[in-house]
Parts: sequence; structure tokens; C-alpha cells
Amino acid sequence: MTAQTPFIQIKSVSRVFNGGNGVHDLSIDIPRGSFVVLLGPSGCGKSTTLRLIAGLETADQGMIAIDGKDVTNVPPSKRGLSMVFQSYALFPHLSVAENIIFGLKVRKTSKDEIKTRLTEALNVTGLQGYEERKPAELSGGQRQRVALARAIVAGHPLCLMDEPLSNLDAKLRHSVRKDIRDLQQRLGITVVYVTHDQTEAMSMADIVILMKDGRIEQAGHPADLYLKPATAFAAGFVGSPPMALMPASALPREVVPAGLDVSRLTFGIRPEDLALTTDTTTKAWGITATVNGSEFLGAETFISVAIPGTEGATARLPGRVHIAPGTQVSLSWAGAAAHWFDGEDGRRLAPTTSRQSAREPNTSIETDTAIPSL
Amino acid sequence: MNDMARLQKQRLALYGWMLVAPALALMSLFAFYPAIATLWHSLFTRGTTRRPSVFAGIENYNDLFADPTFWIVVWNNLIYAGITIPVSIIFALAMALWANAHIPARSFVRSAYFTPTILPMIAAANLWLFFYTPDLGVIDQITGFFGASPTNWLGQPETALASVIMVTIWKEAGFFMIFYLAALQTIPPDLREAARIEGAGRWTYTRRVLLPLLMPTTIFVFVNAMINSVKLIDHLFILTKGGPNNASKLILYWIWEMAFAYFDSPHAAAMTILVLLTLGLVAVIQFRLVEKRTHYR
Ligand SMILES: Nc1ncnc2c1ncn2[C@@H]1O[C@H](COP(=O)(O)OP(=O)(O)OP(=O)(O)O)[C@@H](O)[C@H]1O
Ligand SMILES: [Mg+2]
Repeated sequence: MTAQTPFIQIKSVSRVFNGGNGVHDLSIDIPRGSFVVLLGPSGCGKSTTLRLIAGLETADQGMIAIDGKDVTNVPPSKRGLSMVFQSYALFPHLSVAENIIFGLKVRKTSKDEIKTRLTEALNVTGLQGYEERKPAELSGGQRQRVALARAIVAGHPLCLMDEPLSNLDAKLRHSVRKDIRDLQQRLGITVVYVTHDQTEAMSMADIVILMKDGRIEQAGHPADLYLKPATAFAAGFVGSPPMALMPASALPREVVPAGLDVSRLTFGIRPEDLALTTDTTTKAWGITATVNGSEFLGAETFISVAIPGTEGATARLPGRVHIAPGTQVSLSWAGAAAHWFDGEDGRRLAPTTSRQSAREPNTSIETDTAIPSL
Repeated sequence: MNDMARLQKQRLALYGWMLVAPALALMSLFAFYPAIATLWHSLFTRGTTRRPSVFAGIENYNDLFADPTFWIVVWNNLIYAGITIPVSIIFALAMALWANAHIPARSFVRSAYFTPTILPMIAAANLWLFFYTPDLGVIDQITGFFGASPTNWLGQPETALASVIMVTIWKEAGFFMIFYLAALQTIPPDLREAARIEGAGRWTYTRRVLLPLLMPTTIFVFVNAMINSVKLIDHLFILTKGGPNNASKLILYWIWEMAFAYFDSPHAAAMTILVLLTLGLVAVIQFRLVEKRTHYR
């Protein structure tokens, strides 16, 4: 087994339900030890993909291999993986300890082994002292950790998680997110993680696989998705507040690069790439807009503006900025910061050339090229 | 402030009593009073016009214990309960698991299993009377096909009780299935998938997850089956009338006979008290033993 061989290989897998929904012709390669996030709006087939890997759903077509072994028709228990469910799926009649060692007992692991592994899993998840409680006597976060402990206790090299944080409150979600990531690194396991929350995806993933309507929209490092969205959908889905997308026809003619057909062109710009000035006279060019409102978030301020003929845009300005609603402003941007998409199929056009001329975006995301190739 | 709290508490207590009052009144009138009256009645001799009833103490009870029929009837009822309760529960569970699985014509299977329940016991008994008819009935037609000679299932002491038991199981299993089916549908499918991923097969999942989660239902069904094994005697009137030679006579049927066929109400009352005591005792033991080990969600 060479390092090049992907740990999980999904080749043209389809699973179509009655009614035509499901996943269509999916191909993914997942390197060993990576943290892969399946991202997408509700109903796009993330859970179905995960269940296909788990073996809870059977592929209509295609092939799935884990660790070099074709598992397309292998039952879930023989695939050497564990899973954390959105609902946690803890057995309500069993204590925390019994829940965690359920699988070990089923597999007839020796008593001593069970004991050491249980202690280890309890330590790792910080659940010592809760062994005898029933799931109903735990808080949401503790239940989540029990589910996690159950997933890692068997020591499988692959762990699947289906929106494991969606039942937690925002603050807890943030800390558990970090815990899960740390745990994955420490144990060196491969994690496939489903979420519809793009912040979660961006902050945790080595690789994000963005899905839409049962197909892969874009797969790559979070920074790639952010800086070079392959489609208008990816551009609008990743990033918060989202990239402003508008028909190029609403822009002054001179900002549109030569060679692009304005009649079927979508222009996109990230909020942090928008420069905003109330002085509408000095600039050589700029599009005129009206301020709708502003949102002060402490370190930065979001200014939302209305641009005639579009759905508007948001500008992200550092610090506290005060602009009264109704003020006329002029918007501009560095040419390289603009994204151009085909107005009909949404494909990215004329890949952004060098960024030297661009005003540095105030984000800390680096274009990391040393990521495992997809 | 404290006075307020106390007043509030008193008011709640008052509301509580007001809410239970109607039920309590009706229960007293139709359940507690008759039970006590029966106990009282069982301590007196049977009154006739010439000899008025006098206090007899436990005389009536002694008479019962001395009567060989008493022992036959009690033994019959023990066998009846000992077979109908577990067998109908097992059938109910098996049918529920089957009817809850993803099978074709699922709703048809469910209604087919449930049909015996909606028939009145009398109608069911009539149906089985036909099944059991020697030579002409369905059962003899089938056994006859394999060369067996006609059997008078209900008319001979060896098979009468078994035939009655059969009807009861047929009637009850479908009813209990509904409870299991309802309970099964509250168990999230995730649990099965989690168990599958952990390597549990169908049997392990049933034994380690499903059955424990169904335990509250099992207790409920068990108590019902136990009560029914004493209470449900409608079919005896149609099928065997307790015969032949008391072979299929159950306790309640015997009580009915004493009270309304032989007009010996004091002995019937004494027997009723014995039944009440036994049922109460069994219920207490059962709740003590099983309750502790049951998981209620
Ligand atoms: N068992 C099923 N039978 C029929 N259709 C199904 C079934 N399971 C999923 N689908 C359909 O397949 C599509 C993908 O479902 P899936 O559960 O994978 O979505 P998802 O991306 O996980 O969404 P969410 O974020 O809401 O969980 C949906 O349109 C859904 O309606
Ligand atoms: Mg889902």
C-alpha cells in the first residue's frame, strides 16, 4: 500500500431513491488520516453519501473501497468503521459504560481488554465519573461525548459523523468542534464529517466536499473553496456573510474584463474585498449604492448596501464604522478580487490572474498548497 | 410570603381532591363497596326461608378447600394461565416484529393478525366450535387428510382444556401484538443502525436492545394476560360449559355456576375473595420484582 492510495475510494456511485432524489455518479478519494467534511444545503445527499460509506445504504451503481478493499457489498460491521449519529443513537436502557462497550461486547473482546479500552475512552472524552448514568441523565454535550467515546473505543481507523453537533448550543458547539478535531489528530484516524454549517466545515476540514442536488459541486481545501469557488453556488454557499452575486449588466462596462460576455455573466465579490467611500466624486470608477443598514460586531462592521438592478451586497469593514442608512456611497474593489461566473450554468470563468494588484483581503486564510491532492 | 406558599399548596391539594372525587365516588360505589360486601357476604351461611343466614366465620372457606372440584378448577386455571400467558405474549411479540419489518403487504399482515381481536369472544368461540366439530370441522378435515381418525376435541377430558386454551391464544395474541407494534414504532431506527455498525446481528440487537426497551410493554401485556386468564370465560359457555367432567372448568365459570346455577352465593363470594387475594398478591410480587429492572423512558 503506497501513500498515494486513497484510504477511501468512491467510484461513480449512485443511489437513487424513488422520486429521483439521492446521490448521482459520485466519485471521491479520501486520503488516510484526513478530516473530510461533506457540506451542502439540506437534502443534497450528504447523509446518503455517509450512509453509503457506512454500508447502511447499498449503492445502485459504482464501487466503494476502504483501505484498498472493495466493500461495496460488505455489511457495515465488517467495514472497520464507527459512526456518530445526529441523534447520538445511544441505547437508553444502558449505562454510559455499557453504551460505550456495546460493540466490544458484541465482538466478544476479552474482559481485561474491554476494561482498559473503556478507561481510555472515558479519559479521552472526559467522561470519568459518569459511567453508571443513563443517557437520559446526561446533558446534550455529555451525550455527544458518549457517542464519541463509543465511536473511538473500538479503535477503528475510520469514523463517520452525521451532523454530530447540531443538537448543541452555539458555545458548546464551538468547543466540541475543537475537541473533535484534536481527537482526530491525536488518534490519527480518518474522519468523514457531515454538516450543513459552512463555518464548521471551514474551521475543521482538511478537505471540504461541497454537494448540491446529489452531485459534487466542488472539492478541495477550505481555502480553495473560499478563494476560488468553482461555481456561483459554491461562491454563495461558503463564507459568511456570503459573497455578493449580481448580474454583470448592473456594473459599469469598464470593470468587466475584456473577452467576457456581459449578457450572460455573474459578478461576485467577497464582503472584505469591497472598498466603500462616501466621497462619490474623486474615484475614477466605482458603482453607486445606497446604504440600507449596518451591523456592528465589535471587531468589524457589516454594511449592507442596495445596488439598483441587483439583490444588494455586504461590505465588511474593520472596526466601528458609522454610516447612516440612506447615504449614497461608491463601491470599488481591486480587479483581481472579483469573481466571474457563467450566468447560465454558474461555472467559474477567466480564473483570477495574479493577485499582486489586489488589495490584501483581511482574512487570515492562506492558500495552502501542501494539501493532499484530490 | 410563606403563608402564600402554604395557601397555594392547600389550594393545589384541594384541586387534586376535586379532580379525583368523581372517579373516587364511582369506584367506591361500583368497586370498593361490592368487594367489601362480598367479603362480608362470604362470612355468612346461605339463608333460606326456613333457616335465616347466620354468621359462619371461615366455614365457607373450609367448605371450598374440602371440595375436590375446587382443586380441579384451581389446577385447570393454573394450567390455563401457565400456557396462555407466555404463549400469547411470545406470539404477539413475534407477530409484531414481523409486522413491523419492511415486508410487502405490511398493512394486510397487520390487519390479518388483528382480526381475531375485533371479534366478540362469543363469535370467536362459535367459529372455533365449527373448527372443532368432529369429522366435519376444519381441524379434523386436516388431520383426516393425514389419515387420523375423527376426534371429539371438545368432548373428551384429555383435549377439552387444550382446545379452550387454543382459542384464547388465538384471540389474545393479535390484541397484544398491537401494543408491541405501538411500542416498536417508538424505538428510533437509529438504534438499529448503531447496533449494526457495532457488529450486532439481528438476534443480538433483539436480545440486547429491543427486548429491554419493550419491557414496559411486556409488563403491561403480562398483567393484562394474567387478569384475562381469570376473567375471560365467555368462550366456555359456548365451547364446553366447563365439561366434560370439569375437565375445562375455570375458576370464574365455577363461581358463576355456584352463584347463578346453584344459588349458593356465600360460597361463590368466598371463592371470589380468594381470587381477589391471589391476584392482588401476584400483582404486588410482580411489580416488586420486575419494576426494578425495567427501563422506562
Ligand atoms: N429513504 C429514502 N427514501 C426516499 N428518499 C430519500 C430517502 N433518504 C433520503 N432521501 C432523499 O434523498 C435526498 C438526499 O437526502 P439526504 O438525507 O442525504 O440529505 P442531507 O444532505 O443529509 O440533508 P440534511 O442536511 O437535511 O440532513 C433528499 O432529497 C431526500 O429526500
Ligand atoms: Mg442528513
